[in-house]
Amino acid sequence: MSRGTAIDLCYLVAAVGFIVALKALSSPRHARAGNLLGAAGMALAIGATFARAGLGHLALIVIAMVVGVAIGVPAARLVKMTAMPQMVAAFNGVGGGAAAVVSITEFLGTDPRTVATYKVLEVVFGVLVGSVSLSGSALAFAKLQELMSTRPITYPAQQIINAIVGLTILGFALALLVSPSTALLWVLLVLALVLGVIFVLPIGGADVPVLISLLNSFTGLAVAASGFTLNSNVLVVAGTLVGASGTLLTRMMSVAMGRSLPNILFSAFGSVVTASGSTEASGGRSVRAGTPDDVGTLLAYSRRVAIVPGYGLAVAQAQHTAKELADALMARGADVFYAIHPVAGRMPGHMNVLLAEANVPYDELKEMDEANIEMPTTDVALVVGANDTVNPAARDTPGSPIYGMPIINADQAQHVVFLKRSMRPGFAGIDNDLLYDPKTTMLFGDAKDTLQKLVTAVKRA
Amino acid sequence: MTNGLLELFTIFVLAAFVGYEVISKVPSILHTPLMSGSNAIHGVILVGSMVVLGSAHTGAEEVLGFIAVILATLNVVGGFVVTDRMLQMFRSRQPDRPRSSGDPGAAGGSS
Repeated sequence: MSRGTAIDLCYLVAAVGFIVALKALSSPRHARAGNLLGAAGMALAIGATFARAGLGHLALIVIAMVVGVAIGVPAARLVKMTAMPQMVAAFNGVGGGAAAVVSITEFLGTDPRTVATYKVLEVVFGVLVGSVSLSGSALAFAKLQELMSTRPITYPAQQIINAIVGLTILGFALALLVSPSTALLWVLLVLALVLGVIFVLPIGGADVPVLISLLNSFTGLAVAASGFTLNSNVLVVAGTLVGASGTLLTRMMSVAMGRSLPNILFSAFGSVVTASGSTEASGGRSVRAGTPDDVGTLLAYSRRVAIVPGYGLAVAQAQHTAKELADALMARGADVFYAIHPVAGRMPGHMNVLLAEANVPYDELKEMDEANIEMPTTDVALVVGANDTVNPAARDTPGSPIYGMPIINADQAQHVVFLKRSMRPGFAGIDNDLLYDPKTTMLFGDAKDTLQKLVTAVKRA
Repeated sequence: MTNGLLELFTIFVLAAFVGYEVISKVPSILHTPLMSGSNAIHGVILVGSMVVLGSAHTGAEEVLGFIAVILATLNVVGGFVVTDRMLQMFRSRQPDRPRSSGDPGAAGGSS
């Protein structure tokens, strides 16, 4: 067996590893092993590449890798769990950037006068999609890191400007196919970076995670395009796998939010926020603010308590205190479960990750449908820093911007307690009638503080 | 169209079907880890980056290839480490397992 064949076989094994890894990542039991398998496949592919005949600049390659590891590992290890979403965006962006650079560099090495048109097409596709993914992910990172406003950003004639940029890119791409040149390719790269930015600007708030998933599949396709350019099976397989599974995952995430993908991507266009009507209506209504002692007593004598966490729990880093409260209640014989909305927090699964960090057993977490069955027989629904995901308007008010989004039916519990910093509306920017419900008690303040006071009150009761 | 291109195109189409079928039922709690895991997998562009840098002839190609390897390495190690950290959090009621001391992501980048 020649060395080339052996290397190609290693690539095949790596590709199988990636497929099995994706499969395993779809089930809670095997997910972690799946990720390790993917890493092993990657190590094999990289090791095999080092063995390629005629691979020069070995020292440079190793130095670049050491630099990448020296930045990447600490960044990935030290980041707080609340900041995970933007890290995924960042690592996705650099992958897209790498794919674009690989395509360009490969083009530099060819003679523009003799290159086949399909080769140019592959390069154009790789550069275009990779660059959009790079700049789009960078902007998504800035939004999630709150370096800029998290809300959708719109400006006059947005659609027209986007269409002009899109058409210009198409024009340059066609020009490149007719007369390939490096200069044109650089122009295309810059325009694609601009497109990534203006594509992401009007997407904000809770939609950003879905956007990251979409950009993730873009990067996959850019990698596949680079694979065509380099004649590399393993790049085509892995890139396409991510492109296809990422598209499906993006759709599943938008379904979990009760919205269609085009609605998420383009709904901010040409729409002025229409939530003002309901905000005015709330002006004359009153809410009942309680004290931790009252609520503590209520909880202490409840038989079944549902904790409904939201982004406020993540911000206050209150997951450990929430578990402490649950433990104190369970010690008194109460039945406590966590009702997890699929898009609570900034990303699907955000709450699970946080609560698992606090060692909350997996089986105390109930997914939305399961939790909703229990809700009518629940004594207290303790809503910790969530708002939109328990807003009955999504179920009952057809005119509401979030109408149709599935919610946790916290309003069906006997009592509802909201732990909130203020009366400010949630991410969707709309008012929540449940706050004004007679059976609702508000506890204002930092979630962690309030939970701590509740623990004390429950233990005393 | 050459046979080489057709071969790659065949692989592309089949891989697209596999990618679509392989994740049919995913509970919503695993959406984020799955996204992060597939994010790490497209870090395989590191293989392409190594080939490009390894066959660079001009200074410009060397610089671009060098940048590509750094970016791709970030994608690989960052992707796998972040995913592993997310998944470490999924424990059931069993007693705590000792944390594994190995660093899977770093192994991927430096072997």
